Amino acid sequence: MKNAEEIFQILKNKFQDSVLEFKTDQPTEPIIIVQALEIDKICSFLSSEDELQFNSLVNLSGVDEIKENKLSVYYHLESTIHRHKILLKISTSREKPEVPSVVEVWQGANWHEREAYDMFGIIFLNHPDLRRILMPYDWEAGYPLRKDYENPEYYQGMKVPY
Amino acid sequence: MAIRTEEMVLNMGPQHPSTHGVLRLELTLEGEIVTNVIPHIGYLHRCFEKHCEAMTYPQIVPYTDRMDYLASMSNEFGYAVAMEKLLGIEVPERVQYIRVIMAELQRIASHLVALGTYGADIGAFTPFLFCFRDREKILNLFEITCGARLLYNYIWVGGLSHDIHPDFVRKTREFIKEFRPNLKETNDLLTHNRIFIDRTANVGILPIETAINFGVSGPNLRGSGMKWDIRKDDPYSVYHKFDFDIPVGDGRNGTVGDSWDRYFVRVQEMEESLKIIEQALDQLPEGDVTSAIPKRIKPVVGNVYGRVENPRGELGYFIISDGSTSPYRVKVRAPSFVSMQVLNELCKGHMVADVVAILGSIDIVLGEIDR
Repeated sequence: MKNAEEIFQILKNKFQDSVLEFKTDQPTEPIIIVQALEIDKICSFLSSEDELQFNSLVNLSGVDEIKENKLSVYYHLESTIHRHKILLKISTSREKPEVPSVVEVWQGANWHEREAYDMFGIIFLNHPDLRRILMPYDWEAGYPLRKDYENPEYYQGMKVPY
Repeated sequence: MAIRTEEMVLNMGPQHPSTHGVLRLELTLEGEIVTNVIPHIGYLHRCFEKHCEAMTYPQIVPYTDRMDYLASMSNEFGYAVAMEKLLGIEVPERVQYIRVIMAELQRIASHLVALGTYGADIGAFTPFLFCFRDREKILNLFEITCGARLLYNYIWVGGLSHDIHPDFVRKTREFIKEFRPNLKETNDLLTHNRIFIDRTANVGILPIETAINFGVSGPNLRGSGMKWDIRKDDPYSVYHKFDFDIPVGDGRNGTVGDSWDRYFVRVQEMEESLKIIEQALDQLPEGDVTSAIPKRIKPVVGNVYGRVENPRGELGYFIISDGSTSPYRVKVRAPSFVSMQVLNELCKGHMVADVVAILGSIDIVLGEIDR
């Protein structure tokens, strides 16, 4: 079992500049912030390294950080073998939100990433099946959980009452 | 001349009695063998996460009820655990005990629905009636507690909406006394029934590595032989004070991780829940249940991930606060949402009729998948 700081050091030694920051000013658990385009490599390292073995992706959530003009993704990882857990965070631009998918590492990421795409428009590169999941497939009014989303007046010619 | 065959695509649902809600499965069939299953969800999407951003923290509680509508107490419990972790509130002992009692009663009620409908899916109708008869008694207990039978708004951040009814302890004890023999009866009728075993054993085998890789949790994970339960492995509330076992699948009728194992884990869990409730009733302390409820909830800037063991697995709330009275973002990690993904792996190579048996054994609630 390792704590988040030790895991951050292991990552820092391995990935150098791709591991950006260890944020401890949080009320609960610290966040490890990494380079968005390296997330797939970092995750596959986290899951395969003997002393880490993060075999389970607990949660994946997109967040719209509109003040910083960014879209972020949070990864809650856990190892059922070593019983430690961490919180990873990546950020990408709102104009071209593209981040690598981690479905190769944890298959459970599939629907979580589809949901993040559906709600925030984050494109997960190399995702096997990136479609909308909760919204209708033909929803054209944008991504509902973005902070600047506006409810459409019409959907397929029908007035949307709200 | 060889017979010309072609693949057939069959839509199961959205209106179908054994999809347990509004779910469409797109099955690709080769004769009667299923080669691919694509679940289409979202028919019950009610924008829970978007709503949360427009509401204050206490206002969210009744909305959490409506996600997993068979286990509303557990949903509220999870939200309360997450929020109290973020706010750093210490909750009175009595509140913790009552919450545990409610959550465990809810677990039994939810499992009864799971088992009853599972039997009905497969063709055994009588156990369904037995299960619902017993569930009714639990709903009566909830009704005297808070007036509602399904959507309670009972567990609040920092406490409970009000104390339990003076008769609650006596009636709960009576229920436990009545329920134990009924559980045995259900077992005799369904669990060890040869026809039921033939329909479920060796069907939909979920290997333990696949389960963990997919993030499957709760009875589905334990059915695959993994001893993992948030109540023991990441204890919250007062669960560390109680003595109970974590049943796991052992493949006694087929292979470890088959549908029967997942089913039987739930049966055994009801027994364990009864043990927890008995202990909690014995130790129930006195006190005020509303004293720690904050007048105004305004957490510091930051995020929290709080999780509880819901009847279907790990229910997690990821809440980001921007320092105002409503959350900046709420993401719910719904156990059924994650478990549903594994359906394709389980169904491949089985008959169409087995899809029903496998879907029932995962025990999904669409309200929670679609939120």
